[in-house]
Amino acid sequence: MRAQILAAGFLAAASLLGAGQARADADNFTEVERGKYLAILGDCMACHVGSDGQSMSGGHMLETPFGRIAVPNLTPDPETGIGRWSADDFNRAMHEGKRPDGTHLYPAFPYTSFTLMSRSDNDAVFAYLQAQPAVKNQVDRSTLPFPFNVRLLMAGWNMLNFTPGTFRPDPNKSDEFNRGAYLVEGPGHCGLCHTPRNLIGGDKGGAHLEGGPLQGWFAPSLTADRRTGIGAWTEQEIVEYLRTGVTHRSTASGPMAEVVELSTSRMTEADLKAIAVYLRERAPAPAASNPTPVAATDSRMRAGEAIYLDSCAACHVGNGAGVAGIFPRLADSQFVQQGDPTGVLRVVLQGAKAAATPHAVTGPAMPALGWRMTDQQVADVATYIRNSWGNAAPAVTADQVKAMRSVAGGH
Amino acid sequence: MSTRLPKKDVVVVGLGWTGSIMAYELSKMGLDVVAIERGPWRDTASDYNIATAPDELRYAVRQDIFLRPAQTTDTARNSMSQTALPIRKFGSYLPGNGVGGAGVHWNGHSWRFFPSDFNLRSHYEERYGKNFIPDDMTIQDYPVTYDELEPHYDFFEKVMGISGKAGNIKGVIQDGGNPFEGWRSDEYPTKPLKPNLAQIKFEKAAKELGLHPFPLPSANISEAYTNPYGLRLAPCTYCGFCEWFGCANYSKSSPQTCVLPALMRHTNFEARTLCEVTRINKTRDGKMASGVTYVDAAGREFEQPADIVLVCAYATFNVRLLMLSQLGTQYDPVSNTGTLGRNYAYQTNAGVLGYFDKDTHFNPFAGAGSQGMMADDYNGDNFDHAELGFVGGANINCNTPHGRPISARPTPPGTPRWGSEWKKATAETYGHTQSVGTQGSSMSYRDVYLDLDPTYKDRLGNPLMRMTFDFKENDLKMSRFVVDRCEEIMKNMGPQRMVKTYKRGPWNVVPYQTTHNTGGAVMSSTPDKGVVNRYGQHWDAPNVFVTGACLFPQNAGYNPTNTVGALTYWTLDAIKNQYLKNAGQALVQA
Repeated sequence: MRAQILAAGFLAAASLLGAGQARADADNFTEVERGKYLAILGDCMACHVGSDGQSMSGGHMLETPFGRIAVPNLTPDPETGIGRWSADDFNRAMHEGKRPDGTHLYPAFPYTSFTLMSRSDNDAVFAYLQAQPAVKNQVDRSTLPFPFNVRLLMAGWNMLNFTPGTFRPDPNKSDEFNRGAYLVEGPGHCGLCHTPRNLIGGDKGGAHLEGGPLQGWFAPSLTADRRTGIGAWTEQEIVEYLRTGVTHRSTASGPMAEVVELSTSRMTEADLKAIAVYLRERAPAPAASNPTPVAATDSRMRAGEAIYLDSCAACHVGNGAGVAGIFPRLADSQFVQQGDPTGVLRVVLQGAKAAATPHAVTGPAMPALGWRMTDQQVADVATYIRNSWGNAAPAVTADQVKAMRSVAGGH
Repeated sequence: MSTRLPKKDVVVVGLGWTGSIMAYELSKMGLDVVAIERGPWRDTASDYNIATAPDELRYAVRQDIFLRPAQTTDTARNSMSQTALPIRKFGSYLPGNGVGGAGVHWNGHSWRFFPSDFNLRSHYEERYGKNFIPDDMTIQDYPVTYDELEPHYDFFEKVMGISGKAGNIKGVIQDGGNPFEGWRSDEYPTKPLKPNLAQIKFEKAAKELGLHPFPLPSANISEAYTNPYGLRLAPCTYCGFCEWFGCANYSKSSPQTCVLPALMRHTNFEARTLCEVTRINKTRDGKMASGVTYVDAAGREFEQPADIVLVCAYATFNVRLLMLSQLGTQYDPVSNTGTLGRNYAYQTNAGVLGYFDKDTHFNPFAGAGSQGMMADDYNGDNFDHAELGFVGGANINCNTPHGRPISARPTPPGTPRWGSEWKKATAETYGHTQSVGTQGSSMSYRDVYLDLDPTYKDRLGNPLMRMTFDFKENDLKMSRFVVDRCEEIMKNMGPQRMVKTYKRGPWNVVPYQTTHNTGGAVMSSTPDKGVVNRYGQHWDAPNVFVTGACLFPQNAGYNPTNTVGALTYWTLDAIKNQYLKNAGQALVQA
């Protein structure tokens, strides 16, 4: 026993001697605390949470368009985690998307955003990770099917989709705007979900934050478009949504509920405000697409209305106004009016649970209704809510519902 | 062999209204709290899904969310000379089961007792003389006053978001409310539910008779509301699936809608479901509780030590657990000794049904558990009892809880129970009938009590609890008097025909009557008259606190929930501000 303690002491001394400059110091309280907050900004927990629900020991399978990939263990366990990594190794992963041995990480890990993070922020995150208790959890990192299991392919992917970058503040904008830009484009990695993917999973050029499908959901547009984006949202509404998960406009559910619960609800008010400022001022609205609503006299609308009155109106109310704070409003809802109906269909078929935060504790749920409605009925009620009370969005077909069932279940 | 678990600060037996409130408030203070619940976990999203919740066959007929007698039941008899038999299908009362307890399936009638309900014996003796109360009637004063409970009633109403209209704010009588109610420090948190045709007719009829109608205080919430714990409720949709159902619309106050989501955020709280507490264990010297023993769904036995034991199950199960644990002295009606099991009481309900013409459409399918118009002129001691010769009273209600397809089929007397004649009659009367009913008080008596059954045991080998109960002439007389008043109101509402039903004995366990079983572990000012002191603290074990209607020395002409909640916050206040500063000490000297 004594010999083991001596050996441990020796190893610790050796690693200290080898550490060179005091980067990413896990003994530095200030650094660790800063890293903890950065880990909240980056929502590391959402993917890396272990089966214990507490640690970032990873292991669960992440759905990607190319197959399922297991999330690695970020605890400092030397065998199964990142206990043997150096601050340089960690920085390289964040900045270049490469492992210590030089092989490529998959962009399910959002290094395409994290590349904008500063070295000092990466060091702080690493210090925080190293200060956590080590959890032994061997994660099988080779679950992707051929050819995606060939990591070398990622070199080509990176050539097409990725350039290591540095965050450059816009000198013509306020500090607050630039802080927001850093948060949204860097650690917050909002674009991973809210920017549509190209065929090989990279950001679709020229469509930044215009919304896109993922994991059987749809991350709505964050552009200044008033109908589908956040053009009509005030700064305070954005802040309230991110802090509480709910405003009179919308309720966070699906993957966004997780983002709010684990990340944005824990951000400082100043950072939430900076995000709101950036999102609102970032870019002018793209060329507006203003579809003509499907006519109320259309047979699909009539059928949809009957279903709505039977199955939806008790909570969402006859005029789609919802109930403030608990049942989402459907009229003038961005989520409802996305061009792609994936989000609406997911919620109708499979149900959803709203984010529960310290500011909105209830976390109300929408029940799954897919089991008692045909594809055509789901399509009709979706068409109805997308084209009533001032809403306008393309009609939904039974085939779209059928396809959605195969993704989301809801039989 | 039981497995001994690491000690907790607090163990809560039962995770219904009182258990979840206790657990929330104490874990919020930083105490390490575990709740042990006999039934399953239940939440709105998974268990009361809007797409499946309104299933009358599953929930109302097959009693889906209630305790199954195979797990445990009570035995019942009407008098001491009879041999009690086990209840094999719950009927007269339906104990809840699982997280949320009866707070899930209740209708939501949310009453405060009258100030005089808390000093009932001295009030009657003072007003009507020492000889007015019959010898065998064992009613007694609460050791706590209405004034002391008022802030706790107020807070519990705010936690629940109760919809109603105040009748007395700080002594000032308010238009439209109940002028007989005790003073309130505040208006109700939300406005009353909307009255329907039945309630409008009743209000008019009652006013013409000089009565004082007012809307029933309701836990079916009328408008969107956020409670002090940050939980949100949505407006009631008048769907009529309240009693015996969980609410799918977040509109009925329940532990699920008002407390549990906030409680479950506390990392120093843990709920163990499908675990049945079988004993409260005592320390070696027998002067304190050391924790509880429970059995999980796999039949494994565990011992959970704790500094404080909170007995928060349903009223009768609290009493049984104390009996099984030999905590307190069993009441013996013959020798008139002991207190545990003494002063059991129930409720005395009856009423009048009116059959109206075909043009009077009550639309009963649009209703709510607590949608009602009331009159309290013959409740409590709001009327002169001197010449009437009974103690107690009843509220008068015109409620429209539901018009559900299986059970809401009123037919005139003489209609066959099935077949084409029955079908024709139900088609003719559905939508054209309305009741005016009573919720009557139930006094306590020397030979009405609870004890352990000498014969029948549950699946774990523990004796069942035996109820010895029957309706007594005092209560039946009271009920007949108030039902006659209902008849006068109904007559004035203009039905074509009326059917008046008096309450009659003997008590029968088969038809549903009410789940307001009270007493058995009553609170008292001295240890010879009850099981717990004025703070709900056990007279014989100062680290055991008991909540629930088992504390009532007799039952009032009201539903019990708000008084149960107010007493819980009262006890909490004593635990927080007195007991924890002097742990292990009795708060009242015997």
